[in-house]
Amino acid sequence: MSGAFDLILCLMILGTAGIALFVRDALAAIAFFIAFGNLMGLAWLSLGAVNVALAEIAIGAGVTGILLILARARLLALGDPVHSGDTPTWLWLGAFAACTSFSVLLAATVLSITPESGLDRVVAPLMPGLGIENRVTGVLLAFRAYDTLLESFVLLGALVAVWSLAPARAWPGRPAEPRMADGQMHQVAGASGRVLLPVALVMAAYLVWAGSDLPGGAFQAGTVLAGGLMLAAMGGAIGLPRSDRPLLRAALVLGPLVFLAIGLGGIAAGGFLIYPKGLAKALIVTIEYTLFLSIGVTLALLVAGPPVADSPVPDAGGNG
Amino acid sequence: MNLLGLLVAVPLGFMVAALLLRGSGRWLILAAAPVMAGLALWLALLPPGTTLLVGNWDLPLGILLRADGVARLMVLAGALVIGAIGLHALVDPPGGNDGGAATAETFWPLLYLMWAGANAGFLTTDLFNLYVTLEMVSLAAVALAAMGSLAAALRYFMIAMLGSLAYLLGVALLVANYNTVDVTLLAQVARLDLATVMALGLMTAGLLIKAALFPMHGWLPPAHAAAPAPASALLSAIAVKLGFVILLRLWFEAFPAITGSAALHVLGGLGAAAVIYGSIQAMRQDRLKPLVAYSTVAQVGYLFLAFPLVAGAVEPSSAWAGMTLHGVAHMLAKAAMFLAAGLMLKAAAGDRIADLGGLAQAMPLTVTAFGLAAVSLMGLPPSGGFTAKFLLLSAAIEQGAFLYAGVLVVGGLLAAVYLFRALSACFAPLAGAGPDTASRGPVTGGVKAVAPLALAGLAIVMGFAGTALVDVSAIEVPWATPTVIQPEVAP
Repeated sequence: MSGAFDLILCLMILGTAGIALFVRDALAAIAFFIAFGNLMGLAWLSLGAVNVALAEIAIGAGVTGILLILARARLLALGDPVHSGDTPTWLWLGAFAACTSFSVLLAATVLSITPESGLDRVVAPLMPGLGIENRVTGVLLAFRAYDTLLESFVLLGALVAVWSLAPARAWPGRPAEPRMADGQMHQVAGASGRVLLPVALVMAAYLVWAGSDLPGGAFQAGTVLAGGLMLAAMGGAIGLPRSDRPLLRAALVLGPLVFLAIGLGGIAAGGFLIYPKGLAKALIVTIEYTLFLSIGVTLALLVAGPPVADSPVPDAGGNG
Repeated sequence: MNLLGLLVAVPLGFMVAALLLRGSGRWLILAAAPVMAGLALWLALLPPGTTLLVGNWDLPLGILLRADGVARLMVLAGALVIGAIGLHALVDPPGGNDGGAATAETFWPLLYLMWAGANAGFLTTDLFNLYVTLEMVSLAAVALAAMGSLAAALRYFMIAMLGSLAYLLGVALLVANYNTVDVTLLAQVARLDLATVMALGLMTAGLLIKAALFPMHGWLPPAHAAAPAPASALLSAIAVKLGFVILLRLWFEAFPAITGSAALHVLGGLGAAAVIYGSIQAMRQDRLKPLVAYSTVAQVGYLFLAFPLVAGAVEPSSAWAGMTLHGVAHMLAKAAMFLAAGLMLKAAAGDRIADLGGLAQAMPLTVTAFGLAAVSLMGLPPSGGFTAKFLLLSAAIEQGAFLYAGVLVVGGLLAAVYLFRALSACFAPLAGAGPDTASRGPVTGGVKAVAPLALAGLAIVMGFAGTALVDVSAIEVPWATPTVIQPEVAP
């Protein structure tokens, strides 16, 4: 894209970041943070990194934005004023000086590195053997599948860590209902949630499918699914499940478990995480679809938080 | 057939099983402990040079798992320690007291996550893969710390996050600069330039936070002091060690050509300061668990005090062995001590050291376990702690590094002061009357003392297995004749 566009984009990124940092009202800060995330996504697009752009917008702006809004609502409910306190000037100046010098040093370092991607040359000749086109998917699910396998367990572990915070009487219960308190807003959210959940499902499924050859993949699709689930839950279209529901547990572990099983199955083909010849694409797509489902449910429950005591809503279906 | 991957895959499988079995998932440890111990023993006995390219993807793109001396010792010690902690948690469940049902259930998946992460981290030579394992271990560690104090865990989380990001930034700089993040390849191409120095500095700073080296230890005492005993034991024995092992990979394998002696002495000096500071803080505590936690701050110091000693030695094998054996001995002894301390505090009137009176009669086995662990931590013979300190001390004297030698001796003396204080309190007569002592009877129930006693016993037995362990630690040490890595070809 043109230089003028890039310049304007950079200024807008800096501007939204600055406002998000300095504005006193938390809701305004969150709004500008979400705008900042979306602009960052545009910047990644402009750099040709479509996969990163998708992830940045879905997770950096979308999920994190919901998380911040919910956190603010809960702090308000606890009687916290939710705006930044007065910071001493010397602290501002000190932090500013430290950040500036670190940024300068980092910029000097980055500029000292010769811009040449040697790894791209290594990846390209290996792709035909996999039968997929998207190099990012190739790296995530073949060449560095071991990293991705461990990461999928990190995400699962993060939910377990959140669950471990459940108060004594709340386990095993449901997370707090993320419903809109305002009646009209609740109706709007309910209507859009019912419409958007199927749309999100279709879109997410497409993102996984496209991920083999085009930008997309399990993580981005999982985030879209999580967004759809959260929106539906906010509008009351679906209820949040109890943490000990067998179906829920199965949905959470499905992706990591299938990934692990395929990895172990590779031992029969010669070694851990080796895909048998000709089966690579089929196995990768299987992993991606199961992983996408588990990531979606896990992210949605991560945003929902730990079970709380006596949530009044009766069993109304659940995620997964 | 090459089964290195199983050391990571099996605990992950147990994590999934624990989640699916929900409340009854705790019984899985009865299978996991022997299976993992068997796998770890098999690893320790593998022929030298055993490696696995995961998925058969070649370097620089793929990930190499390698059974070197550090990995063998750490995975084996980790299997024994985590297995024993798990079995202990079966008879003395975390969160059992205040009806923490969520704690009692979520402890198990987190334990297996930490187990897989630690094994993966000890085995891999890939710096990005190490970042993922660091996340696995840190995440589990933060959640375990939160089982005691939410505030301490949140502080730990923030600082651990900062450490992770610093490390990740360093990895990004390295991959841009060298097109590889494998330490065996980096060792061949490393050059002294701005990006390398910056990356090494960022990664080291991040890892020192994770390893809790003074003055980055601030998160450790509060996180340990409040957590349930099995959680404290896992934090001190496992979580802290992974940061240390990654630093070994960086400083001695990837960039030995770049790390000058001045930088090594900075780490050594911080280590020496940690020994003295941690010991003095431990002496000043009047509660038992903070005392044991500050002892970890001091013991971590020895690991880094050894850095300049290893680098400066003409024949580095013995200093290297001293360093790795110290790590292993500390894993065993400190896990034993935290488990024993947890039992003692449940039986005692309060959490102060002065409240421990009469425990020596009421729970002799547990107090014995505490005492044996203390012997190894002080470095008294015969124990793993003694062997390790002896090797380090002789390396220091050989090199004329009398400051480090002095710290090694003084640190041992200070450890004796604070640990004997806790022990002698156990032998003091009970302040109150007899009935109290009688009511303590059931708490000493033999089975609960088994795990700490076994771990402390192993720390002592290490003192007799000296040469064998020194040999294991020398497998594929970085200064051995450089060989091209020949991944084992799959049949």
